[in-house]
Amino acid sequence: MYDAKYIIPGLIVFVALMTFPIWKNMGNAGPVPKPEKPVGVTKCIDSVKYMRTSHMKVLDDWRDEVLREGDRVPIEVNGVKYDKSLMNGCLKCHADKKKFCDECHVYTSVKPYCWDCHFVPKETF
Amino acid sequence: MDKKRRQFLKIAGLSTIAGLGAPAALNMLLKGEPSPVSFASSGGGAGASQGAAPTGVRLGMVVDQRVFDANKGLAEKCITACHTTHNVPDFGNPKDEIKWIFQVPYEKAFPGKSHNLRNEKLHDSRFLVFCNHCDNPPCVRACPTKATFKRKDGIVAMDYHRCIGCRFCMAACPYGMRSFNWRDPRPFINKETFNKEFPTRMRGVVEKCNFCVERVAKGLQPACVEECGGTGAMVFGDLNDPHSEIRKVLAENFTIQRKPSLGTLPSLFYIV
Repeated sequence: MYDAKYIIPGLIVFVALMTFPIWKNMGNAGPVPKPEKPVGVTKCIDSVKYMRTSHMKVLDDWRDEVLREGDRVPIEVNGVKYDKSLMNGCLKCHADKKKFCDECHVYTSVKPYCWDCHFVPKETF
Repeated sequence: MDKKRRQFLKIAGLSTIAGLGAPAALNMLLKGEPSPVSFASSGGGAGASQGAAPTGVRLGMVVDQRVFDANKGLAEKCITACHTTHNVPDFGNPKDEIKWIFQVPYEKAFPGKSHNLRNEKLHDSRFLVFCNHCDNPPCVRACPTKATFKRKDGIVAMDYHRCIGCRFCMAACPYGMRSFNWRDPRPFINKETFNKEFPTRMRGVVEKCNFCVERVAKGLQPACVEECGGTGAMVFGDLNDPHSEIRKVLAENFTIQRKPSLGTLPSLFYIV
């Protein structure tokens, strides 16, 4: 190989620079999101674990039940009735989208299209 | 092997015909009807108006044009009430316009009816038109994603999540009651009066009157009917309930419908 004394160190520097973000953050998952829980309400419609993994499935199921089957019977938890609705259900308690929804969605880099149409009733769009 | 070539061809031909024809003939005999169903026969036609679903709830509305003619400005109030309730944007531009309920002259509302030498008051009458919530809705048949569908209570509703904006439904609707969001509607919704309990739409979906399905579920009347109050200009109710108010109104008055010959079986009735 011609000019090996330039090429090999050059390659090493290049690979080191390109992989810098990987080994810089190795073993470090970054700041863990801390979604703000609503004040004064202790129980959601299901366990925290289930809601964390499957809230999007819940919303999809609600949408089909409410729109297509006309089944709008509210979910009752500890005597409190919650509408099967994002805007008129979930967001009544989880009133701050930035501190609740966005916290994890930004961290995991998901961009749900809920907010193209829905908005936080206490704010504006 | 004394079979001649000629005999062989005869038998082969006959068995081919038998093999192809027998299942079709059997099907016809078993079902008792000629098998190919024509496209038109599923769509109804002139005699289809008797074919409306006789059981269950079927929501419908009567628009009394006599009351609207007597109360100038009432129709505009109904339109505002509807469009505020459902966060319908105002682009201020007829090309992009989104309309759930609007006014048209007689010949636009009822193009199949005779226009020659018609009653003079019809020249100035402007008829409120909105989704007919047909019993046989062509838009539902045209929709490739089932974003628009007919509910059990007769309301033709939409799931905007599933709408891909192909606008087949707009082409299919013979009444032109659907609007397409060419632009993002949000900046054009009045921020002072919008309804905080109803979502907006996004760019690229079709929308139309939903018979106030969200209000009906709460036991309320549709927004336009509520706006008419006690005037009786609009009556909303179950067409299949013989004791409902709407049936009483229909029994006592002569009503017309929009393009009944198409066999879409609209749920809207007009007293002219």
